[in-house]
Amino acid sequence: MSLENIAIKLVADDAFSVGSVTALLSEIAAQLEKLIATGETSLIDLKSLPFAPGEYEQLRQALGQGEVTAHMDAIGPSEIAETQYPGVWWLTHFNIEGDIVADMIEIAPFPNILQSQPEDVRAGLERLQSMLAPPAATND
Amino acid sequence: MADHGTLEQRLAQQGISRRAFLKFCTAMASLMALPPGSAAAIAAALAKAKRPSVIWLSFQECTGCTESLTRSHAPTLESLIFDMISLDYHHTLQAASGFAAEKSRTDAMQEFYGKYLLIVDGSIPTKDGGIYSTIAGRTNLDLLQEAAKGAAAIIAIGTCASFGGIPKANPNPTGAVAVSDIVKDKPIINISGCPPIPAVITGVLAQYLTFGGLPELDHLGRPKAFYGETIHDRCYRRPFYDQGKFAKTFDDAGARNGWCLFELGCKGPTTHNACATTKWNGGTSFPIESGHGCLGCSEPDFWDAGGFYQALSMPATPLTFATGAAVAGAAIGIGVSLANRAKKSAAKKAHQAATLDDLEK
Ligand code: SF4
Repeated sequence: MSLENIAIKLVADDAFSVGSVTALLSEIAAQLEKLIATGETSLIDLKSLPFAPGEYEQLRQALGQGEVTAHMDAIGPSEIAETQYPGVWWLTHFNIEGDIVADMIEIAPFPNILQSQPEDVRAGLERLQSMLAPPAATND
Repeated sequence: MADHGTLEQRLAQQGISRRAFLKFCTAMASLMALPPGSAAAIAAALAKAKRPSVIWLSFQECTGCTESLTRSHAPTLESLIFDMISLDYHHTLQAASGFAAEKSRTDAMQEFYGKYLLIVDGSIPTKDGGIYSTIAGRTNLDLLQEAAKGAAAIIAIGTCASFGGIPKANPNPTGAVAVSDIVKDKPIINISGCPPIPAVITGVLAQYLTFGGLPELDHLGRPKAFYGETIHDRCYRRPFYDQGKFAKTFDDAGARNGWCLFELGCKGPTTHNACATTKWNGGTSFPIESGHGCLGCSEPDFWDAGGFYQALSMPATPLTFATGAAVAGAAIGIGVSLANRAKKSAAKKAHQAATLDDLEK
């Protein structure tokens, strides 16, 4: 059983906030400005931030839910969702046991990991071609 | 002996897609406390990395370090231990025992002489010829000296192996010393903590296995990516410290409001470790978040550094505030948080530069 299965509900307590959420939102705003101006994308690793109890949930509330959600299945599930601010994506990667192995905010028009990778495209094409190739016996 | 091909080859054989591999590398970047954008560099390095043989020796210790490692969450222990290394000897985890176990150690030492990674947990007793801890009739001192000779590098896991730890505490009846007191001619990485954070153990292992070289170390031989800052630098209670709001007992209004635990003996200002951000139990919390001050377990001689509930006599250096467009007009708490972040990202940049250099070698 993973720790995520233990039903502990953290209640965000405004009185306790030490300001990490506002700081992070300002940073996201700055990265969005950069995205608009130069097209440069960025990633913020949420695991590297010293959240006070409840602040993580406050961040979720502040960023909210946007139009797109995606589910990926690659050595464990991944949840990818656009927040209410277009260009700001929340990516949570799990391992097969269901533990979070990476939790990040990507500021980009489209999350990089969702794109088909050239290596996979090539391998897929090979599979398709070998399926289409007529069996050797009838090849005259 | 296990196969020693590259990780990428083995993943490809198992039908794991490139996208899944990239996800794995993203998790590794997070684990190694590298900037999240380094997944591509990690992927490139792993494509070339060979799976080294690892010999793990446990000396005068409580097995807490191994317990900690086997409870690490990300990436799973199995993927790290069994895909990234070939663990040829670990007397707690291996199935073999007796002569068969000792034979697997000597075989690996011979076959991979000069190339294997030696991991040590526990201190080494030296008094009376080192007789206070023996394995298969041989002293820890003897085993360490023998195994160190053919090692490419040594990782000392836990405060006992790094600094002597609890066995070395006054009056040190067994004459316990650290690995670095015995071995002088090999690169040694100290991963201190009693026990170290599981993700830090796996993170440093992953770093070594991915990039081959040693990470940037502090003056005590600890990787700067994890030990570059104090608990106090990254503590979410820091704004209360800066405002002079201290809990005076464990059940007063200050304690209930989450104020700073400095006066209750918190050693956060003098302790270098990643607990405040990496946290414990899969990222659930860390001691200060549970209302108890830091014991300073990743520092040398923490057991003899006065009482756990005695306040440090020296005030910590006041934090210098960062200024920048994003912080302008922000409240004090936000300033603190960002100033700490700026330091962290500077540390990360320095770290990234080192690892990318490694890549070009
Ligand atoms: S003294 Fe301890 S509780 Fe207080 S801010 Fe520093 S690390 Fe946190």
